[in-house]
Amino acid sequence: MAHSYTPGLTVTDETVVRRVRQLPLQGTVLVKEGEVVRAAQSVARAELPGKVYPLNLANQLGAAPNEIKDYLVKREGDAVRKDEVLAENKPFFKWLKTEIRSPVTGTVESISLVTGQVLLREPPRVLDLLAYVDGLVVEVRPQQGVTVECRCSLVQGIFGIGGEAYGEVVMAVEAPDRPLAPDRLTADMKGKVVVGGSFLPAETMAKAKEIGVAGLVVGGIHDHDLRALLGYDLGVAITGSEQVGFTLILTEGFGAIPMAAKTFTVLAAHAGAMASISGATQIRAGVIRPEIIIPLKNGGHAEKRMGESAREGIQLGDLVRIIRDPLFGKIGRVSALPSELRKIPTESEVRVLEVRFDDGSAVVVPRANIEVIEGA
Amino acid sequence: MTVPVPNDPPIHRPLRVVVATDCGSTTTKAILIEKVGDEYRQTYRGEAPTTVEAPFEDVTRGVLNAIAEIEELSGRKILDGDRILTPCRDDKTGVDLYISTSSAGGGLQMMVTGVVQNMTGESAQRAALGAGAIVIDVLASNDGRLPHEKIERIRTMRPDMILMSGGTDGGAVTHVVEMAEYIAAAEPKPRFGATYKLPLIYAGNKAAQGQVRSILGEKTALEMTENIRPVLERENLGPARHKIHDLFLEHVMQQAPGYKKLMDMTGAPIMPTPAAVGLIMETIAKREHINLIGVDIGGATTDVFSVFDGTFNRTVSANLGMSYSISNVLAEAGLANIMRWVPFTIDEQTLRNRIKNKMIRPTTIPQTLDELQIEQAIAREALRLALIHHKSLATALKGVQQERTISDVFEQQTSGKTLIDMSKLDLIVGSGGILSHAPRRVQAMMMMVDAYEPLGVTRLSVDSIFMMPHLGVLSTIDEQAAMDVFVRDCMVYLGTCVAPVGQGKIGDRCADYEIAFPDGRVVNDRLKFGDLRLYPLGVGEQATVILRPVKGVDGGAGSGAPVTKTVHGGVVGLLFDGRGRPLQLPADQQARVASLTQWFNAVEMYPTSI
Repeated sequence: MAHSYTPGLTVTDETVVRRVRQLPLQGTVLVKEGEVVRAAQSVARAELPGKVYPLNLANQLGAAPNEIKDYLVKREGDAVRKDEVLAENKPFFKWLKTEIRSPVTGTVESISLVTGQVLLREPPRVLDLLAYVDGLVVEVRPQQGVTVECRCSLVQGIFGIGGEAYGEVVMAVEAPDRPLAPDRLTADMKGKVVVGGSFLPAETMAKAKEIGVAGLVVGGIHDHDLRALLGYDLGVAITGSEQVGFTLILTEGFGAIPMAAKTFTVLAAHAGAMASISGATQIRAGVIRPEIIIPLKNGGHAEKRMGESAREGIQLGDLVRIIRDPLFGKIGRVSALPSELRKIPTESEVRVLEVRFDDGSAVVVPRANIEVIEGA
Repeated sequence: MTVPVPNDPPIHRPLRVVVATDCGSTTTKAILIEKVGDEYRQTYRGEAPTTVEAPFEDVTRGVLNAIAEIEELSGRKILDGDRILTPCRDDKTGVDLYISTSSAGGGLQMMVTGVVQNMTGESAQRAALGAGAIVIDVLASNDGRLPHEKIERIRTMRPDMILMSGGTDGGAVTHVVEMAEYIAAAEPKPRFGATYKLPLIYAGNKAAQGQVRSILGEKTALEMTENIRPVLERENLGPARHKIHDLFLEHVMQQAPGYKKLMDMTGAPIMPTPAAVGLIMETIAKREHINLIGVDIGGATTDVFSVFDGTFNRTVSANLGMSYSISNVLAEAGLANIMRWVPFTIDEQTLRNRIKNKMIRPTTIPQTLDELQIEQAIAREALRLALIHHKSLATALKGVQQERTISDVFEQQTSGKTLIDMSKLDLIVGSGGILSHAPRRVQAMMMMVDAYEPLGVTRLSVDSIFMMPHLGVLSTIDEQAAMDVFVRDCMVYLGTCVAPVGQGKIGDRCADYEIAFPDGRVVNDRLKFGDLRLYPLGVGEQATVILRPVKGVDGGAGSGAPVTKTVHGGVVGLLFDGRGRPLQLPADQQARVASLTQWFNAVEMYPTSI
């Protein structure tokens, strides 16, 4: 999912994405190249080594580390059950007897006669790696994972929280500039991907959690509400592992900002279809953006793959979003691309462009402060 | 000390033309250095996006693109396809040397371990930081975490390298062996793939080497080196730093995309960017016999370097930065601390949303004056917090027994006192976009003065286009060439700040002063508390300042004692700061805005009167 940073987000009716599904450690791949898979299907499996519990026997027995071997009931490699005796002393008087019991079920991994420490390891945990998107397995990396290809409609968000989820797309507002008020959420939205408009208030977040929606896609939220939702102030935009009850994807940014019309239209066109979504965001080299992937019914290969049509920079007529105050969130088309540097109110000399809005008005902004709405 | 490059290649021919690159996380910057007459000068520069990530996954693409830009600008043919033409063929073809630094892919990420957190744990941290690493965690026997928490932590981290320390030579081995057992149980995996063993350096009690080898020898790429704390009273960081640098080249660099090729292209070993910056800072301090603080405030991190009485220290505040980490500055500093530098009022919600929007769109630039002022307010706090962090680690050794005499009875000092003494500081060097590219140089100067609150007389400068990494690595080959370029093209001297130490009521007399300018002009005036005054004093010019502080105020020679100093000019000039030390801003919002407005206008910080 990581690719080099481009200041633009893709919103497109039809594209082909490839998603690399990689195990965190070596395991078994469960599917073959050319196989059609479903989003919630397991494509690879690995055994994560169990947790390790150190136990200092020397301290607990009151013995020197090199003496613990005389007290051990279990040996390296032996299986133990929780509360089973690991070591014991054999005093002359029975009531002075000390038994050290295992705090976990697992195996005795190592015994150290230098530190007097015994390491116990819990049984491994099975990890199933899901396909995440409906599609075709186009590559298998033995013991490591697969690549799944999917012809789909794709909407990239700017920021998200929460991991991968799946659900039916449902539109909760009629227009992209309408906020997602709490009364817009209904009980039948449980397990679905709910699309709002310009803004998600805290009350709606609470209701979404209560209902159990799979995901929320909106234009913006207030930072204050995000902090309340997470329980802490997010310092660095590396997300994806949060567990707040649903996956949240912002398409525009922080504040109340109408969702781009194109984004809203693409999502509305697929109301009722199943979508794979991910809130994972990483805004550094190796950018990862949150995404909504809606597989197209007649799947298979398509000619156009995302990223294949390399852009030649910004061009006249491009649909762009202004991404810095004072006009943050406004969308228009590039109407001029002067090449000379221009002095802006801060006195910096920068490259600029002119953006014309639907109402015919135009503004000059630094080129660094716009992003192209790709796929438009 | 920093890392000398091992096995420096012998350069027999005289250096005339050098091309150097720094492969950063997002941009690869190339500079051309040429010998012009008797001195070396930086003549052309080029830059291109770094190409470590997909779809390129080859760092050399970005390097070649950046060099191609220099070719275009200079008219010199440097590249022959994917090859750099060395040595120089004629006036227009080839270069004598190509060198590079790298921080791409997140730099060198290390985990360090010790026995006692503020003794060997800190020594290990200093060793790793000085070698240019980012320390992602410090594990110690007494760090308060339970053993299974330590193991879990080691397992979830994916460092490039681990440095183990602990115990003085010949001391107890139990704790350090215990840590080795935890590491073995965690089976840590390196960040770049699972196809090679994780490099691990053991630099602890030499008596435990055998046991550590038997526990970790099979599971890691284990290297032994001298103890970083052979006795409590002495730190021996050099060998561990050399080892880190060797393993960085042998293991980590070999795994990063395209670095094998890059290593073949360079005429000297590739250095981690911060190690190279540290080296040039250390070189300047030694040559000029000065104490200095250098700061590089980037988008994600802020590096602070210091050399005090010859002792070099570096820290990296991994989550203090002006774009990717800007939101974390708000989280750590708190809203009130940021707002105290903003000369207008703004509601909290708007400000929070703006900061988060910068975080998610890090490449945007302030378009309006108020946006610029907010970013510069945040920069002051990032700089301030990073210096606090630096002071806490740049300390004398902790745990050392001190001899006390009767005169020490009234001055209770614990061991491990910070080495950073602002009253002995001669020079502050600032680097990073927010400082180097501030629309007015006085803005950079004021950001550093406000954040660092220098005491007495302190000179300030900024790095013009961030070429310190290039010069650091060049200094390992030709120190004179590096110093020539550093003095003439890299440093932009801003001027000198004169700040008497003490506090008083706004408007009360702080000090009288006399300035003898180089043109013979003499200015006599009075500095009142709350005043900020700026006198033009150009680059290369010097003036003599006589400061006569009032009783209770220290100009550098003690309370109320007059002091005479030679001060250096710069593009900003000579700044008299009567705002008191520690600097105190009015608590009342209206009064604070009025004070800020008065100060900013006094030094013409922004375009129009605010």
